[in-house]
Amino acid sequence: MKAALEAIRQKIVVELQEAHDMQTLENIRVKFLGKKGELTAILKQMGKLSAEERPVIGQLANEIRAFMEDHIATRTAQLKNELTQQKLKSEKLDVTLPGKKNPLGKKHPLNIVLDEIEEIFLGMGFSIATGPEVELDYYNFEALNMPKDHPARDTQDTFYVSDNVVLRTQTSPMQVRVMEKQKPPIRIIAPGRVYRSDAVDATHSPLFHQIEGLVVDKGITMADLKGTLEIFVKRLYGEDSVVRFRPHHFPFTEPSAELDCMCFNCHGEGCRLCKGEGWIEILGCGMVHPKVLSNCGIDPEVYSGFAFGMGLERLVMRRFNIDDMRLLYENDLRFLNQF
Amino acid sequence: MNLSMKWLSDFVKLKVEPREFSERMSLSGSKVEGWEIEGEEIKNVVIGKILSIDPHPDADKLVVCQVDVGEAEPIQIVTGATNVFPGAVVPVAKDKSILPGGKEIRKGKLRGVVSNGMLCSLGELGLTAHDFPYAIEDGIFIIEEDCQVGQDIRSAIGLDDTCVEFEITPNRPDCLSVMGLAREVAVTFGKELTLHKPKVQHETGDIHEMLSVDVKNPQLCRRYVAKMVKNIKIEPSPRWLRERLRASGVRPINNIVDITNYVMLEYGQPMHAFDYKYVKGGKIVVRNAQEGESIMTLDGIDRKLSPDMLVICDEEKPSAVAGVMGGEYSGIMDDTSTIVFESACFLGSSVRTTARKLGMRTESSARFEKGLDSETCIPAVMRACELVEMLGAGEVVGGMIDVDNAGYQPTEILLNPQWINEFIGIDVSRDEMVSILEQLGCHMEGDTITVPSFRQDLEHKADIAEEIARFHGYDKIPSTAIRGTAQGALTEYQKFERTVTNTLLAQGCYEISTYSFISPKYYDKICLPSDSPLRNSVVILNPLGEDTSVMRTIVVPSMMETLSRNYNNRNASASLFELANEYIPVEGQELPDENPIITIGQYGEAHDFFTLKGTIENLLSVLGITDISVQADSSIPYYHPGRCARIFTGETELGTLGEIHPQVAENYGIDTRVYVARLDCSALFASEHSEKEYHPLPKFPATTRDLALLCDDELPVQSIEKAIRSGAGKILEQVELFDIYKGKQIPEGKKSVAYNITMRSPDRTLTDEDVGKAMNKILKNLSDLNVSIRG
Repeated sequence: MKAALEAIRQKIVVELQEAHDMQTLENIRVKFLGKKGELTAILKQMGKLSAEERPVIGQLANEIRAFMEDHIATRTAQLKNELTQQKLKSEKLDVTLPGKKNPLGKKHPLNIVLDEIEEIFLGMGFSIATGPEVELDYYNFEALNMPKDHPARDTQDTFYVSDNVVLRTQTSPMQVRVMEKQKPPIRIIAPGRVYRSDAVDATHSPLFHQIEGLVVDKGITMADLKGTLEIFVKRLYGEDSVVRFRPHHFPFTEPSAELDCMCFNCHGEGCRLCKGEGWIEILGCGMVHPKVLSNCGIDPEVYSGFAFGMGLERLVMRRFNIDDMRLLYENDLRFLNQF
Repeated sequence: MNLSMKWLSDFVKLKVEPREFSERMSLSGSKVEGWEIEGEEIKNVVIGKILSIDPHPDADKLVVCQVDVGEAEPIQIVTGATNVFPGAVVPVAKDKSILPGGKEIRKGKLRGVVSNGMLCSLGELGLTAHDFPYAIEDGIFIIEEDCQVGQDIRSAIGLDDTCVEFEITPNRPDCLSVMGLAREVAVTFGKELTLHKPKVQHETGDIHEMLSVDVKNPQLCRRYVAKMVKNIKIEPSPRWLRERLRASGVRPINNIVDITNYVMLEYGQPMHAFDYKYVKGGKIVVRNAQEGESIMTLDGIDRKLSPDMLVICDEEKPSAVAGVMGGEYSGIMDDTSTIVFESACFLGSSVRTTARKLGMRTESSARFEKGLDSETCIPAVMRACELVEMLGAGEVVGGMIDVDNAGYQPTEILLNPQWINEFIGIDVSRDEMVSILEQLGCHMEGDTITVPSFRQDLEHKADIAEEIARFHGYDKIPSTAIRGTAQGALTEYQKFERTVTNTLLAQGCYEISTYSFISPKYYDKICLPSDSPLRNSVVILNPLGEDTSVMRTIVVPSMMETLSRNYNNRNASASLFELANEYIPVEGQELPDENPIITIGQYGEAHDFFTLKGTIENLLSVLGITDISVQADSSIPYYHPGRCARIFTGETELGTLGEIHPQVAENYGIDTRVYVARLDCSALFASEHSEKEYHPLPKFPATTRDLALLCDDELPVQSIEKAIRSGAGKILEQVELFDIYKGKQIPEGKKSVAYNITMRSPDRTLTDEDVGKAMNKILKNLSDLNVSIRG
């Protein structure tokens, strides 16, 4: 019996070596260790043994059972590992194949920049105001110190709807509308569409966007105007931006200024981008004209304020290096997809 | 305004490079657009004197000249010109010289004979016969100037001025003159301004015996000053005068015309000269044009006049459009012997309207329309007479006619240094302020500033603050933060708009931006019936063209236009949206309603009616809008009658969606199916529930049942779903349509629909009895709709 036991010990080792899948392994386990397995078959003959032999063979049988269980477990683990490796190997991907894309929409470049500008001013405590695009002549011009026949009207070719109604040529009428409704302190920006009868070309469009700003309170100074707009430009273009304020004229601000930013390309040397000037005009601004404050029922002896206005298209074109304004309104997907 | 630096030096002595000059002028408020150094490109071109001319041995049309250019030996130059002669003084472009336009001249051989350069014509130096009236354009420029052999051509013929171009803002007509700019230059650079008072040495006779002036409309003609000159000799102006005009961009004509232009440029006061012999009756009448009158202006165009236009007439007819342009027949000719100089002040708005109506904007009208200083009329006319005398162009007649209706009163403003410092945020002493104001021509008496007549833009203390700020320097104003705190926040509506945009972007829609004006023809393109109220648009009176002539009452054409452009550009599919306004005129309201609308447009393989509907359902879900229903609609003309729906929440209509009518798609050149939705932002915003609330996750299992049903093909599935919902009651969690089938095994006119129904109770496991009850009710509801279980 001892010999028989020793024989299955040898046998299982050989069979396990030759097993290459889990099913074979299971078969081996049943064959040797199962109820009708070889070990059981041998042990059934235990009765025939002498009392001295029985414990010796019993111990050997237990030892061999443990041996076989151990070997099956080891082989199982080994084979599992082999199979896993094989599976992983067979599942190798060409990771350079293109990704499967979910449909993705993109924001219009005008609104990408507009949102950025709005964020900057919201962060400085400004609110956002909106108002009509078809506007009364009064708000667009007269209340802004541009009576009929004012020469400055010539610089803004106006679309008329009637004698009293125009398509707003600027977002500045929003200054008046806000001041009529709201008591100081006022801190708003007013983005929106504006209209001028400029024929369409690479740098002109009869419809474009402006962003107006207005601050009115007691003790607002031109130094506040400078400080606020400098922060704005640095947030928009980076901390190292260099700006300058240059005297200018707007009928509704006094003093008035234009804000130039040092050319990003040539750093003030003069190049094609800045038409040799070294500076790029960013926006117009100034202290709200006392007449405008009075027109809106705000006492200029008590309150002062500043206002500014900028064209969105030019900022966008410069940001993305777009050379033709028409692209912004053609909405070709091959264009929109680039932002 | 182009400023000649040589001319400027009559008033301010200044040595500074053009770049620094421009920079500092821009920063004190006179924006420089650019500058041009005359003759800058010209290199190595000198004055030469032809010593001898010999025929070319091998060419009949060429000659060989020996030219003295001030060097040890004369140089040999071959030319084809026929107007050269020994002794002629000519421009010589030597070997390795450069002409305007960058043209390089090198020595070479012409038909075998060495030529060490080129003799130049006017054109080759960038000039015309207007600059040198004695020379011809078709030949070598034979120079009659006082100059040295070997001298640089630029200094020899005065081609060495620098011309700076200023952008002058409309409030500063005084700066449309050399003197006005000189004043700005003097204050900017802290230099002395030398002004000149014009003087006439000899006058003969009396103007009043020859001329009378009658101003019929004193509102439009605020001042009219006339002075006369007789025994006129019309000839070219001297070189210095021509050079200055040329540098200022004005073409020299003859001495009298040049003088009027010169004075206009120097004083900013437009002048006109009439030939006295055409002033019928010796009478100048300033009046409104009469109905039907016309005038042939100096540019040879016959202009119809209207009664709101001011004209200068003689006894009979108009001889000039006031402030705009003179008439041809009374203009200065070679035979003119006596002239009347007009130096007037016309009302700016009148000149502006007239010029605009006549479609002619002249140097004169551009100045008048900004409102000129009536006090400049007399100095300007005196300067003109002084120049006549200086040029020997005629004899100035004694006396002057001055009809002054301007009633000029100087403006007075109180100087308040403390207010200015606080307003600007600076600390400038009163003395510095006074010094700046005095240099600008203001007169100070105590705290009272008397503004000079030419600065009508200074009216208010804020204007004075600007003068102080800009000459003190905007760069010296500190940068401070606004005092006090403020809340910057989006309104609920602005947040809503951002949610809409973000939700549509997340669903693969691209945002677009279209023009708000369209052509009224676009209403035809979307097949609106001729009596559609949507055809009543806000109309632009002066549109650029028909395509942009009305404000859209509906966004659909703009979306179709964009889809069409993408389709034609071969973009295989598109999913676009825009959040923009429709403009609806309202009876009895001066301004139209501007309604914000979301438009979604799609075409291409991935898109159909239901993907568009799904996009909208997702949007409504994010906005928290529930109780949604749709109604088929076949009445909207731009939609496919069988594939269009109105969408509601409760009773409120939110918008429409559907497939575009094939005819409309064809009108836009799109031969594939197009889907468009139009949602009303106001309705969406009013129905929005942005407040979200958490519901506990289910603790008890759900029970599901599948139902296969058979019903009339015409029955909208929405009603089946409703029947299921109401039948199942509270325990219903979800109803999902998972199959719809027509065809084999289904009778004609019927369809098979299959639903998956999920039921669940939040507080217990449902029993078979619970579910059975619910199913029975559902089946009852369905049989009322004539829907049967499919066996």
